[in-house]
Amino acid sequence: MLKNWWKILAVLLVTYTIIEGFLGKVPAQPILHETIRNLYFHVPMWFAMMAIMLGSVVYSIKYLSSSDINHDINAAQSAHVGMLVGALGLITGSVWARYTWGAWWVADTKLNGAAITTLIYLAYFVLRGSVDEEQKRARVAAVYNIFAYVMLIVFLMILPRMNDSLHPGNGGNPGFNKYDLDSNMRMVFYPAVIGWILLAIWIVNLRVRAEKIKRNLLMNN
Amino acid sequence: MKKNAALFTFLFLSISGYSQQNSNVEMANDLYLSGKIYVVVTVLSIIFIGIVIYLIALDRKICKLEKEINKK
Repeated sequence: MLKNWWKILAVLLVTYTIIEGFLGKVPAQPILHETIRNLYFHVPMWFAMMAIMLGSVVYSIKYLSSSDINHDINAAQSAHVGMLVGALGLITGSVWARYTWGAWWVADTKLNGAAITTLIYLAYFVLRGSVDEEQKRARVAAVYNIFAYVMLIVFLMILPRMNDSLHPGNGGNPGFNKYDLDSNMRMVFYPAVIGWILLAIWIVNLRVRAEKIKRNLLMNN
Repeated sequence: MKKNAALFTFLFLSISGYSQQNSNVEMANDLYLSGKIYVVVTVLSIIFIGIVIYLIALDRKICKLEKEINKK
């Protein structure tokens, strides 16, 4: 039980954000209205994606320096879950955009950046699927993964700040304190980010263990 | 003086206009007043707890498989 404290923490934090996210006080903003509460659910998806992808790239680098196939399993499964939370972020963002910006998809720097990032990571899985030999696949994928993460930083963090974006705080520094996050919201937003990251790590953990079992069975038969 | 008075009047009008604009933002006040927002919170909590129970079940299943493989 002690070993699983972070899973319990993840569940507690997300449960707290679901309850407090709906019942807590939020500032009344034109256009946004109550949808401002989406901040507690849509944005943590992206934070989780970036955290999980960072984990993935760290394991890729570890693999390159050790050639330990376990690191490759970690990197690949992390990227998988990162894609899942990224897709959720993209879909929820699209719904939110429909009711605030007026369209499912707008030509926003951050949106297009997110779309390109998704494609880059899809290519990562295509690349993995196209190499049969295990160590070779792990090596090629690890090198590509480093490139993919750099592109993620460029498309999601750098370019939206250099251009105008509909996302708050872009076209400059995304200082949350400007108008979109008061101290009430912070008390829900930060737990939400930590909670969702931990929950995503849990899912990665499950996938990695299942993958190791599968590999073990294949090796022994 | 007259100019200043006009300026202050305008300033006052614009400030009151701004505050009015802010209080006119539509929020789901009725939903909160009637208390029915708790229904939404309950539904979402149930869904989330369901997913968590599923994850715990998966975790246990994988744990068992790991133990079996280690026995071999």
